[in-house]
Parts: sequence; structure tokens; C-alpha cells
Amino acid sequence: MIWYIGRRLLQMIPVFLGATLLIYVMAFYAGGDPIQAIMGDKPLSPAVQDQLRSQYNLDKPLIVQWLIYVGKVVRGDFGVGFNGRPIIEQIRDAFPVTFRLAIIAVVFETILGIVAGVISGLKKGTWIDTTLLMVSLLVIAVPTFVIGFVAQFTLGVKLGVVPVNVGRDASLQNLLLPGFVLGVVSFAYVLRLTRTSITEVATADHVRTATAKGLSRTGVISKHIMRNSLIPVVTFIGADLGSLMGGAIVTERIFNIHGIGSVLYQAINKSESPVIVSVVTIMVMIFLLTNLIVDLLYAVLDPRIRHAK
Amino acid sequence: MSATTAPRTGDQPASAEAGALLEIRDLDITFSTGSGPVHAVRGANLEVYPGETVAIVGESGSGKSTTAMSIARLLPSNGKVTGGSIRFDGKDITSVPLGQIRALRGSEIGLVPQDPMSNLNPLWKVGSQIDEALAANGVAKGAAATKRTVELLEEAGLPDAERRAGQYPHEFSGGMRQRALIAMGLAARPRLLIADEPTSALDVTVQQQILDHLDTLTAELGVAVLLITHDLGLAAERAQHLVVMYKGQIVESGPALQILQDPQHPYTKRLIAAAPSLASRRLVSTKNGEAQDATEQAASGATGGSVAVSGRATDGDAPAGGAGPASGAGPAGDAGRGADAQRTREDTVISVQNLTKVFPLRGKVPWRTTPFTAVDDVSFDLRRGTTTAIVGESGSGKSTVAQMVLRLLEPTSGRVLFEGQDIAGMKGKEMMALRRRVQPIFQNPYGTLDPMYSIFRTIEEPLRLHGIGDASSREAKVRDLLDKVALPASMMRRYPNELSGGQRQRIAIARALALDPEVVVCDEAVSALDVLVQDQVLHLLNDLQSELGLSYLFITHDLAVVRQIADHTVVMEKGRVVEHGSTDEVFHDPQQEYTKRLLAAIPGGSIPLAGAETIEVDVDTDVPEADGARGDDREGTDGHHPLGGDPEDPFSGAGHV
Amino acid sequence: MRSDHSPRTLRPADEHFVAPLDETPLREVDAVDTTAAPRSMWGEAAHNLIRNPVFVVSALLILLLLFIAAFPGLFTDFDPTKGDLGVSNQKPGDGHLLGTTVQGYDVWARILYGTRTSLSVGFFAMVISTVIGVVIGAFAGYVGGWIDEVLSRVTEIFFALPLVLGAIVAFTALSSGVSTFTIALILAVFGWTNIARITRGAVLSVKSQDFVTASTALGAGKLTNLAKHVLPNAIAPVIVTATVNLGVFIVAQATLSYLGLGNGSISWGSDISDAQPALRNNPMMLFYPSVALAICVLSFIMLGDAVRDALDPKARKR
Repeated sequence: MIWYIGRRLLQMIPVFLGATLLIYVMAFYAGGDPIQAIMGDKPLSPAVQDQLRSQYNLDKPLIVQWLIYVGKVVRGDFGVGFNGRPIIEQIRDAFPVTFRLAIIAVVFETILGIVAGVISGLKKGTWIDTTLLMVSLLVIAVPTFVIGFVAQFTLGVKLGVVPVNVGRDASLQNLLLPGFVLGVVSFAYVLRLTRTSITEVATADHVRTATAKGLSRTGVISKHIMRNSLIPVVTFIGADLGSLMGGAIVTERIFNIHGIGSVLYQAINKSESPVIVSVVTIMVMIFLLTNLIVDLLYAVLDPRIRHAK
Repeated sequence: MSATTAPRTGDQPASAEAGALLEIRDLDITFSTGSGPVHAVRGANLEVYPGETVAIVGESGSGKSTTAMSIARLLPSNGKVTGGSIRFDGKDITSVPLGQIRALRGSEIGLVPQDPMSNLNPLWKVGSQIDEALAANGVAKGAAATKRTVELLEEAGLPDAERRAGQYPHEFSGGMRQRALIAMGLAARPRLLIADEPTSALDVTVQQQILDHLDTLTAELGVAVLLITHDLGLAAERAQHLVVMYKGQIVESGPALQILQDPQHPYTKRLIAAAPSLASRRLVSTKNGEAQDATEQAASGATGGSVAVSGRATDGDAPAGGAGPASGAGPAGDAGRGADAQRTREDTVISVQNLTKVFPLRGKVPWRTTPFTAVDDVSFDLRRGTTTAIVGESGSGKSTVAQMVLRLLEPTSGRVLFEGQDIAGMKGKEMMALRRRVQPIFQNPYGTLDPMYSIFRTIEEPLRLHGIGDASSREAKVRDLLDKVALPASMMRRYPNELSGGQRQRIAIARALALDPEVVVCDEAVSALDVLVQDQVLHLLNDLQSELGLSYLFITHDLAVVRQIADHTVVMEKGRVVEHGSTDEVFHDPQQEYTKRLLAAIPGGSIPLAGAETIEVDVDTDVPEADGARGDDREGTDGHHPLGGDPEDPFSGAGHV
Repeated sequence: MRSDHSPRTLRPADEHFVAPLDETPLREVDAVDTTAAPRSMWGEAAHNLIRNPVFVVSALLILLLLFIAAFPGLFTDFDPTKGDLGVSNQKPGDGHLLGTTVQGYDVWARILYGTRTSLSVGFFAMVISTVIGVVIGAFAGYVGGWIDEVLSRVTEIFFALPLVLGAIVAFTALSSGVSTFTIALILAVFGWTNIARITRGAVLSVKSQDFVTASTALGAGKLTNLAKHVLPNAIAPVIVTATVNLGVFIVAQATLSYLGLGNGSISWGSDISDAQPALRNNPMMLFYPSVALAICVLSFIMLGDAVRDALDPKARKR
């Protein structure tokens, strides 16, 4: 078990370094002059350009620049944005909002997705299964922002049961609908994954053996079908928490939520590369972290992994 | 281990009227599939009386498991009882509500399933899975259940049961898991135990121990057993009453011995003629250039025809059959051979010298590996035109030897000489030439052919690869090869997914023969086949040997098969050669305890059969039970290894499939 | 071993039953069925597919969409790039089949021409990502060892950057005026990881099969085996995933347009985005391009599902 954790941690390091390098190179170099990339379309005097060059270590080789950057990132220093405010502060303000949003989404997709998936899997081929499958297909096929618009329009504008704009008041209550919208695609994936997994496990030999022991149907389902089939689902949900952070950029724009996604969106509009890089780097870090937690959870759920050397 | 009149204990009602415990009448079972309904069982009748063992024998697809599973309503969801009745303890349970069936499961009708690897839930401790059975049937709960579970595991012959109960299934070997499953099936003291091929995935010696134990237990408890098996010998040895199924119907039933010694139905006759454990003599080629279905001939009741004993016909020009008896060892063989054969005797095709293979195993920490010697100083010769069998249980290293002979694996030390030349140094053209002359046939008929390749392309591949002939001559060769393996030329345009296991294996033989090799390495080549098909393929291999002068290196776990095909036998255990000699010597005068144990474990070997010889092996069968650490109860994590499996997974090879 | 065969049972008299032979005629052992027509795995899959209504419907829809993308002018007389403010915000009918937008664009014409952008982005991204994924995945799985370790880490690096997020960063690096092909390329660069993982897994399971070993024993080289046996057998799940990915790329492109990261060409995503402010007055503006997008994506997902069912032996039996 301890070697398993150790190996996963070791494997995370090159992935983290590689991902930051990728982002760094893309954001500052792929588009030509990095200073222009940093400053957007503002005209700059040569003196200011030189000053900026040394401020961003652009006079040093790429690898060194990136290493300096990574070193700072690890210490939580992301530099300053156009407005002179440290980027980390912007992120610190926005992060809890997005985190709350993502949690709502995860809770929603987990509970509803698993319940619907289990029903669908156990009642395979019935009308309820077909209906749920159709719904999941539709949800995957329609982009999140369309679902967001429609939900906002019907529930917010027409019915007035939820606020149309969240704005500064990012309370749990106000984030409920945006959270649903954020999680709705993942809900469909959880449903489909659970369904597949349940149908697979339900025909496994050990389930028949459990039935032959005289266990009740509920006993068989809860002890032998559910736990075994939920392992891949848990893996998916854990990894999804990271992707939801990315999905937040769309949801936050629709509902005007001042989270990390909106920081990113504004940065895109202003072509503010340092902020874009910082936000994406943080999202990648969260993604890697949740993946690590999932791996550990996996070991807790599956004794075969726990005992693997 | 014998069970005589069983003391009836348990909560069997004292009245015990002479009624059947289980009575199946005119049972029909139908599966609904994509291509229409399939009638898996038709008009089956059978009874099981309290305390007796009844065996259902049949090949795969005969409906034997389906019949048994329908009793406790454990059929897959697309299977239904469409006719007839099932009565348990006098009560019709064919269509009672599910709740009543559930009440019977576990407490009245227990199940010991087939594959120990997949029948325990990998996520729960073994003990808790038995606790659960106790709780569900109201036997015991909580701490009492835990205590009872340990007793049950002990009773099933699992040493160190208390610690074992707290372990997970993946920490158990195959034999240990099967014991846990037996404990589970008997946990609530059912009156009927359905044992569905309970040991077919295990090594013979383990199989014997477990069946002996099951016999004793069920006899003590007075449990009736419905034993499902494909092995006629095993069935005859374990059951008093036999039921033979064929294509969904019961073709013959009656007292076990009577059926074995005086079979009436042609199918039963055919089965008995083909069962390697019963007709255990060296096969003799009945064909000389002309195709003939040897099995058909055997089935016609002429058991003697296929078991006529002799030395071997070698180069195809020696007269087949009808030589001296097999009582002697080497000399008898010589007597049957001409001067030609005398020459080939000296002609060693493959010589294996001090072959050793060490695998690095991952140790307790990632950066340290423990060496594991899979093959340890193995030497033997393969003479031209003869068959040498390497026999051993899982973990013996036999398949690793085969892989090194084929140079699919490099030996750690030692040499493999092909006609005196070390194959290790071969490169390029030389290596290609060796590949042409030594060909393999593998175990799994479903994995051996590329599903994307038509049969024609499969057999043509070697010719094309070696740039032999043009398109038309290659096609002629493919036709010829198909004819050799007794398949119609129309087969060429088909794909593997349309063929049966036996047919696929015959295609694999044709592919192996395409390059006119001299040596064929058969790695468990017939182990996955049903008995009749296995018999057919063995005859085919034997005929091809006499026709083409092939030399076979035959890797198998099945001693009964060895007896039918091999001239020389190498017995391996844990990487070492324990015994080595002519097949007759090894079978009639085994020198080593291990060989004796293997021989004694062949199911049905002790049954006196008209026309077949039994082997009397003087071995105390109680020994392996006491010294349970051998083979069976070897702990999965202590570094012992089944070979040919994944060297990193100690469990991968724990059973033959 | 049980040496005693005396009955210990209550069976009254064990009668020897023999079924009449004519009830179960004995067949030849392992008889060859010469009647059925030969059928390869793909042949069988095709046979099952054309009988699956889901496949037929989705395939027909995709063909229709391809036709529209190729010849959008056949279905409308309006120019989607010409807004006529005189007919701003018209209801459907009156010459404009689905009405007009605020800027007076003909909605139907925009949807027809938008098909081209969506399909070409989806198609190119799918092809490029599949090529990258198959090459990396197959190489990692087939060669194994440290190469596998390195390639797996590289895959994880790209996996750590979700599709839309990675594309956002790449977009900001590029100056304006990116071509449709560049958009596809960007999406492919961040969308090949699931193909690589699936290919790697499939290659790993195929390469240990006996027929590959048999081929080695016949004298085939490593690369021959990879090309002739391993890849053809590993490709089925890749095709299924690639089909579904095509839909995913179309959605991603629409999302990027919504975020203002497009190249100004007519696309469903930008039209949906543009329709948002007018949602209150004219919700149908949003509805039409959304339906077009949904039909397109749904077709590809359903096609993928149908192909998977046709290729999956387990699903076939049920």
C-alpha cells in the first residue's frame, strides 16, 4: 500500500512539471513576442519592454524561465496581473465560489447519476431504462451552455424561482441551479457508466454464488453488486471534480458568478496571459490532486490494489 | 478415502420415507437468444435420494449445468423452465413464488460452483462471505457466525482457518478458494448440494484431495450430492448413480458401475471409448494415408480397436497396429520397429541440456527483486519420430520449458540443441530455418487463431512469410493441409468465430504443419477440448505423426493423455525433473513418490472396466491430505509460482482452464 | 478414493434407463456445418448493423448532414453572411423559413452553412487525434518497458489539461484569424488522450494472445506482428471512441465560440451565443441552432453506440 502511494506520488511529479511547461510555453511563446502576449495590444516603449523582459525573466533561456516560474508557483507566487494586484489574491477570492459550485455539481451528479444508473442497470431493457438512456444521450449532445440558457430562462426569467444572476451573492442557495447545470453532463456520464458496470457485475459468477447462499435480493444488490460496480464510477467522479473546475468557465459566465472561471474568462478577453497561465495551472494542480485522491480511494475500495506491491 | 454406510446426522427428519429428495420430471429449459429460442434441456428426468451422490455427465453444451442450476432457480435471466416439474422434498417448486425458492437456497439446497477464481467476491473477506451465508439462513449472527465460519473452514480442510477467514480471496490459492466455497455451500447444512464441476479448474492432486474431503463431509452430514462433471471417470468414482446427458437430453442413467461396464446408448459407449482415463493405452495410427474417423470407429463399440497396444509405427511405412503387448517398457517398443526405427532411435532431434530459467520477482520493496527459479536444470532428449511428454501440475515449469525450446524465451543458462546445434546463437536466415522446422500448437483454441484472418489466410500466412510458392501453389498447399486435418476445403473462406474449439485446434495444427516442420511443440494442445473432441484431435496428431514422421514435444498436466500419446515421459515438479523414462516405465513402475501420487490421482483409474487396464499404484492417498502444504495449500504470496503464467502474479496459473 | 460402490442410499431400485436412439440421433463428433455462409468479424458486425434501427437512423442523419455541409446553397437562397437590418428579428415564415436574427441574418441559412464549420472541425479533430492517440497508445502498449512509462506520463500530461481549458490557453497564444483547420488541430492536440489509453489497453490484451505468439514462432518480426495481427484486432474499440469523440469535438468547438474563441466563420456555437441576449424576446433563435447541434452530436454518439454493440461479442449474445 505504501509503495503504491509512493509510486503514484512519484509519477505525479513529471506530469505536473510537463503540464506546467506545456502551459507556459503555449501561453508565452507560441504566439510570437511574449511581451506582446503579456501586454496585449498596448504600445510599449523599448525601456518598458526591457524592464518587463527582466521582470518576467525573459532574458534568460526558456528552461530557466520555466524553472523559476515553477519554483514560484510551488511557493504560491503567481506574479501580478495588469491591475497590479497579485494574481494569487484574485484566485483566492474567486476560488471558494467555484469550489462550492463544483461541490454542488459533484453531489448532484453522484447521487442522481448513481441512483438513475442503478435503476437503469437493474431494469435493463424496460421503459424506465430506455427513458433514462435517452435523457442521458440528450444531455450529452446538447452543449452545457444551451442547457444553462434554457434553465436560466425558464426557472429564472419565466418562473422566477431562482435568481437570473448570481453576482456577488454566491450563497449555496443561489449556486444551486448553476451547480446543477455544471454537473448535468457528468450526471449523464455517471448514469451510463453505472448502468454498464451494474449490468456487467450483475451477471458475474460471484453474484450467482451469493444468490445461491440464500441472500435476499436487496442483500445481493447492496453487498455484492453495488460495491463492485461502483469502483469505476468513483474513479470517474473523482477525476471529474478537476474537469468541473474547467467547466465552471461556461457556467459562471451564464449566471454571472464571480468565481475562478470568470477570472479566466475576463483574462481571455483582455488577453492577460499571466492570469490565464496561473488559473489553468491551478486547475491542473487540482485535477492532479483529485486524481491522486481517487487512486488512494481505489486502494481503499479494492483490497487487491491495497495488497499489491 | 472411502465412505461406507453413512451415519446420518444433522436435522434429517427421522421418518425418512423412501421418497426422493429431488425429483425432476420431463424438464424443459429454453433460452431466448438473439437468434431465437434455444432448447437447452428437453424432457429430463432424474431423482436424487437423500444421502446419495448422483452425477450428471456430459460435454459442454449438453445441458448438465443448466439442469442443475434450474433447481434453485439460478438460471441466467434469459433462461426459463418451459415444461415439466421440479419437486424438492415432495413439494413442487417449479413455479412457486421466488420467496419460497429463496428460503430453500443455502439452507436446503447448497451450491459449490465451478470456477474458484470468479466465485468469491474479491472485495470481501472470505470469512465475511461465509458469515453472510450463516446470517441469511438464520444459522448464526455476529460473533457466533464468525466462530462458526472458522469451524466450517476447518471442516472444509483449510489449515490455519482463523487467520484465513480474515483474508481476501486474492490471498488464497485456487484449492484454498475451492475449500472456502465448499464451506460456504455446506454452511447452512443443506440436504442437497449441487456441485458444479467443483474441481475441474484445479490440479489433479488437489482435485483428488478436495473431492475426497467433500465425499467424507457429505457422507458424515448425510447430504445428497448432485455432481456435475465432464469427466466420466471422476463421476464413476464419486457417484452411485450416473446420468449421461447429450444435447439437452438424458440418454442414459442408472447405477454408475453398470453404466461404465455395460453402456447401452451409443453416445455413452462413445464417451467411454474416448475417455482418456479409462482407455489409457498408447494410441496406434489406424490410418495409412487415408482419412478415417478414428473416433467413429471407437464409438462403434470396438473399444479394443483404439487401445490395441503396440510399439510404434514410425515412418508410416511400418505396418500399423497389432504388435506386442505394452507390458514391457523399452524392449517392447523395439520389438515393433524395423531397422528404420532402429536408426531413428539414435537420432535425437532436440536435446535439452541443463536448462534453467530464473525470473526476477518483485520483492517487498519496488527496487528489490527476488530471483525465482522457474525451470531448474532440466535435461531430456526428443528422438525423431517419437513423442516426449512433459507432465506436471501448475507451477511445474513445463510451459516455460516449451517456450525456451521454441525460443520465445531466452534461457538463463543451459542449452537447447536442435540437431546438435545450439539454437541460442541463431540469427537471421538460420533462425528462420529453425522456425520452419519447429512449430508450436497452443492450448486455448479461442486465442490461437487471429479472428480477423480467414482460415485460408491463417494457414497461408506461414507460407507467405517464408516466401514459399506462388498464389496457386499456396492455395493447393492449404487445401492439402485442410485435408490432412480432416476438414473440408470449403472451410477456407470461413472465419475462426464460426468454428468449434476442436475445429480451431485442427486449423492450428494445419498452420503448424504448413512449413513441413520436423518438431511440433504441443503446449496443452488438447486440454481445453471436450473429451470426444480431445480424443479426435489426439488421434489426428497420432496419425499425422506416423504419416509425416513428426516428433512431438507434448506439454500437459493430464497423465491420462500422456499415456495415450507419449513414448517418453518427463515428470516435472516445481521446475525440476523428478522422473524421466519411457512412458510404460513411468506408468507401471514409478520410482518417485510424486509420480505415484499423480498417477493415483487420475480420476477413474481404479475402476475395473471391461477391456481396459487399470493401474494399481501403491500410494497412501491420505498423505497429501495431511501434508496439505504441497501444491494445493501453498500460500499465494510466498514466492512459489505457477509458470507460464504472469511471473508477477502468483495466482494467474493456479488452475488449468 | 472411494473404493466402495455399494449404495448408501434410499433409492429403491436403481433402474438402468436408456433413451431410444431415435430421440437423440448421434451426430458426428465436431461436425462441420457447411451450410452457413462465411462471415468475418466485420462482416458480421455489418450484418448486425444494417438491422439496427439506431444505426440506420444515425447513419442516414450523418449522410444528410454531410450533404448539407457540402452543398448548403441547395437548401436556401439567402446568404448567411449578409444581414438585412430591414428584416431584423422576424418570426418564422414570410420567406424566411426560421425567421431572422437581430442583425437580420436568415436563421435557416446560418444553420445550413454552420453545418460545414461544425462537421469539418469535428472531422479533422477526430482524424488527427485518432492518429496521434493510436500511434502513441500502440507504441506504449506494444513496446512496453520504459518507453511505455514515458509515453504514459506524456499522455497524463495532456489528460491533465481538459479539452476546453487546453484549447483556451492555445487560443490566447495564437493571434486572430485562425483557420478552421487550426481549431481542429488545437482540439486534437488536447483530445487524443482517451484514444491513446484505449489503444494501449487493447494492444496490451491482444499482444499476449496465442495467435501473436504463434506468428512469432512462424518467424514473423515484431513490426509485422504489430501491423498484421495486433493493430487490426485492437482497432474496434478505437473506432467506437473516435466516433463519439467527433461529437465531443463539435460540442467543444461550439463552447469555444460561445467563449468568443472562434474564427468568425459561421457556426452553431456562435449563433447560440449571439442568441442569448435576445432570449427573452425570441427564444427560438437559440432553439434552432441548438437543435441542429444536438441532432448532429446525437447522430455520432448513437452511431458509436451501435457500432460498439455490433462489435461486442457479449452484447451480441444478449
